[in-house]
Amino acid sequence: MTLLTIDWMFLLQKLILIAVIITVSLVIAMYATYAERKIAAIMQDRRGPNRAGPFGILQPLADGLKLFFKEEIIPNSSSKFLFILGPSLAMLTAMMTCAVIPWGNKLEFGETSISLQIADINIGMLYVFAIVSLGVYGIMIGGWSSNNKFSLLAALRGASQVISYELAMGLSLIALLMMTGNLSLRSIVDQQMAVGSLWNIAYQPLGFLIFFICALAECNRAPFDLPEAENELNMGYHQEYSSMKLGFFLFAEYINMFISSAIMATLFFGGYDIPFLDEKTLSPNLAAILGLGAFMTKIFIFIFIFMWIRWTLPRFRYDQLMDLGWKKLIPLALANMLVTGAVILWQMKG
Amino acid sequence: MEPTEILFWIISGIAIFSALMVLLSKNPVYSVLWLIVVFFCITNHYILLNAQFLAIVNMIVYAGAIMVLFLFVIMLMNLNTISEPRRTLWVRLAGVVSGGLLLTVIISTVRSAVDMNDKKALMSTGDIGLIQNLGKVLFTSYAIPFEISSILFLSAMVGAVVIGKKE
Repeated sequence: MTLLTIDWMFLLQKLILIAVIITVSLVIAMYATYAERKIAAIMQDRRGPNRAGPFGILQPLADGLKLFFKEEIIPNSSSKFLFILGPSLAMLTAMMTCAVIPWGNKLEFGETSISLQIADINIGMLYVFAIVSLGVYGIMIGGWSSNNKFSLLAALRGASQVISYELAMGLSLIALLMMTGNLSLRSIVDQQMAVGSLWNIAYQPLGFLIFFICALAECNRAPFDLPEAENELNMGYHQEYSSMKLGFFLFAEYINMFISSAIMATLFFGGYDIPFLDEKTLSPNLAAILGLGAFMTKIFIFIFIFMWIRWTLPRFRYDQLMDLGWKKLIPLALANMLVTGAVILWQMKG
Repeated sequence: MEPTEILFWIISGIAIFSALMVLLSKNPVYSVLWLIVVFFCITNHYILLNAQFLAIVNMIVYAGAIMVLFLFVIMLMNLNTISEPRRTLWVRLAGVVSGGLLLTVIISTVRSAVDMNDKKALMSTGDIGLIQNLGKVLFTSYAIPFEISSILFLSAMVGAVVIGKKE
């Protein structure tokens, strides 16, 4: 079926895939809030949410319902449009990144094969960076349009933090990209899946460490949660927000956490590769489903580590945060890049 | 009409509309936000030309970095329409006339340039904008200009540090 030289079946297939991926990431983000409260409770020797449903499993639904029923307050002196645009942008940029992540190998139904990835563009990694750098706008616009000094201060803090750590993140990835020689996320996964090759973490442990620290900072997670440091800035950039608009800001953080875990698993831990197993020996559909399971397991482990860090480490002071970003991580990432480049040159010569 | 052609017209329309809104908005924060929309449209034009690398770099550098700093400055300065000095009619008239003249000169040079004659933009074909080809060209035939511009960047960075350190 072609109209206007567009293959509409292809479009429909992609639309269904987008809907499924967005729904799944929303559900996972929803249950990440539940997991966070449970993990915090275990670490502090409490029980955590246990009233709604068995083991409190319906708690996220109850929370969402509560947020929807709360009164919506828009400050009089703020710009209404920008006030609504802020949380919407935060949510949008959080969801957009999942377009390039390869969630699994191809599924085959008879003659048609469906790739479990929305778009395999050959600049995948740069696309992720572009969206991450746009994530600042949600915080900045939200903070500014609240017309509140605390919100503005928090927004500026958040923006400068995200900009600073983006640099170190990019530099730590250049070393990885020099090795893979490719920016497409699917081919990075395929290289790690090939028989006899190790995951990238084996070649780039320092790069991964820098990337992980920067990912914590980019998601505004503790110990880098300065934009919402309660004891200094009340509630931070979402001080004036109420109802589901506040929910959007908080929710975007969990989606970001999910997506950055997915990116770390893709780049450094083999993506949908199942360790110690040659996927070619299985039937393609089984391999795809098992691979998706392996990928999700890796993501959940990362989300757990994110939460573990949040409930064990105290918050940085602001000047310490900037010091770490500019004076430690960036030189370290540069050194890592130089060493990687030198080793690649030496191997090409030998 | 081809789909790319339809997209081209839609994106161009949005680009021109938001460029006008940059000028017409009273509040400088709105102007900056409209300018970001313009950069998005330019990014989309690059994608239509199959120049993916340029598209994404345009988005990272302009929309993601420069405009954020712009927004920073404007939010901190807290510009109001009241504090903005009103210009006299003559100054505004002179501005309109000189701007219009500049526009005429630019359009006439572009239209009469030999390089532009009988050339059509390649829609969704051509692969010079892909990252691999661009990298090869930059590091072989244009190596010297590339190095010179990187030295320029370095000196700009040093300059920024020196200015920032001045107490």
